Amino acid sequence: MSWFKRLITTKISTNYSDKKGVPEGIWAKCNACNAPVYHAELERNLFVCLKCGYHFRITARQRIDMFLDKDGRYELAEEVRPVDRLKFKDVKKYKDRLAAAQEAAGENDALVAMKGRVKGIQVVGTFFDFSFIGGSMGAAVGEKFVCAVDACFAERLPLINFSASGGARMQEGLISLMQMAKTSAALAKLAAADIPFISVLTDPTTGGVSASLATLGDIIIAEPGALIGFAGQRVIEQTVRQQLPEGFQRSQFLLDHGAIDMIVSRHDMRNIIASLLAKLLHLEQPPADEFN
Amino acid sequence: MNLDFLDFEQPIAELLAKIEELRYVTTDSKINISQEIARLEAKSRELTKAIFSSLDAMQVVKLARHPQRPHTLDYIERIFTNFDELFGDRHFAKGTAIIGGTARLNDRPVMIIGQQKGRTTKENLERNFAMPNPEEYRKALRLMEMAEKFQLPVFTFIDTPGAYPGIGAEERNQSEAISRNLFAMSKLRTPIICTVIGEGGSGGALALGVGDKVLMLQYSIYATISPEGCASILWRSQDKLAEAAEAMHLTAEKLFKLKLIDQIVSEPLGGAHRNYEVMAQNLKQALIDDLTHLRKMPMDKLLQSRYEKLMSFGR
Repeated sequence: MSWFKRLITTKISTNYSDKKGVPEGIWAKCNACNAPVYHAELERNLFVCLKCGYHFRITARQRIDMFLDKDGRYELAEEVRPVDRLKFKDVKKYKDRLAAAQEAAGENDALVAMKGRVKGIQVVGTFFDFSFIGGSMGAAVGEKFVCAVDACFAERLPLINFSASGGARMQEGLISLMQMAKTSAALAKLAAADIPFISVLTDPTTGGVSASLATLGDIIIAEPGALIGFAGQRVIEQTVRQQLPEGFQRSQFLLDHGAIDMIVSRHDMRNIIASLLAKLLHLEQPPADEFN
Repeated sequence: MNLDFLDFEQPIAELLAKIEELRYVTTDSKINISQEIARLEAKSRELTKAIFSSLDAMQVVKLARHPQRPHTLDYIERIFTNFDELFGDRHFAKGTAIIGGTARLNDRPVMIIGQQKGRTTKENLERNFAMPNPEEYRKALRLMEMAEKFQLPVFTFIDTPGAYPGIGAEERNQSEAISRNLFAMSKLRTPIICTVIGEGGSGGALALGVGDKVLMLQYSIYATISPEGCASILWRSQDKLAEAAEAMHLTAEKLFKLKLIDQIVSEPLGGAHRNYEVMAQNLKQALIDDLTHLRKMPMDKLLQSRYEKLMSFGR
């Protein structure tokens, strides 16, 4: 199956396929180059293929572990939980989908907000979890994000968001669309206070998340090879009836079209972000981590 | 089948056809024709009332997309005076799916921005089916910032299937065009009143939809995704379209109950397309009332209550 067929994002919608996550077991196969990789080795390499550099999708907690300093972490808005306000039911009840996702991911919803440090610099991080209903943004994700922004605002801490989302959560109807306005308004308040916001786009960032908080960073960084865009590729193909160009909506495409500041590999993420933040905050240059 | 009428309106169409026929019957017949016509007309009104009192969600979707439904320009013509259409984002394109410009409402200057659907195929091609490209959202933002500078209240009219999903749109960063509008509208220092007049399709609608008051016409819709898209993704079948539309809570009535919109503007009997004048009058009155109320608020209080309302969504 080609990579674009696995993605079913339609405009601002949810993406359910999560076949690119980290495979279970002792041996894994790279999604990009098919090379067999030893799982423990993959983990040591921050879930980046040792052969081809493909960045596997990772969970919010895995991201936090590799990004924030080990000590001084404090989770924010942990108590915020999703509510099924519409009593939504498609082939499954939304309530049951939520319960299953919570069980599988061990999270309340698709976003984790964490206060912590990056090389000693105090920050607030928000981390999307694509394994939780495609990282889709409903009321709980919006609320957690706003709580994180409020914490930044109160203590003048920079915000770093790692997005991985198919878009708005359809099962919450228009409430989910309104989270785009809610999160963007909170970021406008943060910007007015001259507090930095760094947005890191990881695979995938599409639809309602891409068209709100994710594209509002002072600095926007993408991981290599990430799918980033507004509309889903099938929808675009059906609309324009043309074959999509090679590498369409991938990180390099966004860089080439001026949509992002830089592409940064997972290994360099801490170094680059700490270095950027230190300048924006007028702090001394932090020492570079030596990876491995 | 009368194509001016939707499938569920066909009984009304049949009655109206009968009335038309009667009008041409020569008057020498024994029964009193004008009485019969009056009787049938009353019956047609009753029938219309009955049908429209229990519309299901998909029927409202059809009304919201009705080709005869009044579009942004129809309202501009009837509600405002002295409209000067202004074009361009100053970087890339003139912009035809979103129209905008200065005008007067009861003699006072205002800024108008809205998506414009076409009625014929030719018009729709020119308007890109009211699916804006990024530069059109940037044009809208330019006009909003001008409105802020010269203290003009902003009226937006929302009527779009969604932002255009095209290759060029992605190259020019459709995502950022939308997010930038959400960001800017949340703090624009002038009153903003948004009205969903037909189809409120997703982020492409929301990009003109952040304001102090959000109104919906009675038979308009507003949703995160089209019912067709929702049915195909969640049900994997277009047979479930009606079920999807119902589940999505996309009608004005349901969204008002969820406190996601501020006000519903009544439509004339049979829908906005049956009487443009009455519809425009209803909307004009609602817009004037809202603006009068908003003008009384000090700017900081206006912005604070706009912000608080945005934060309340989903709480």
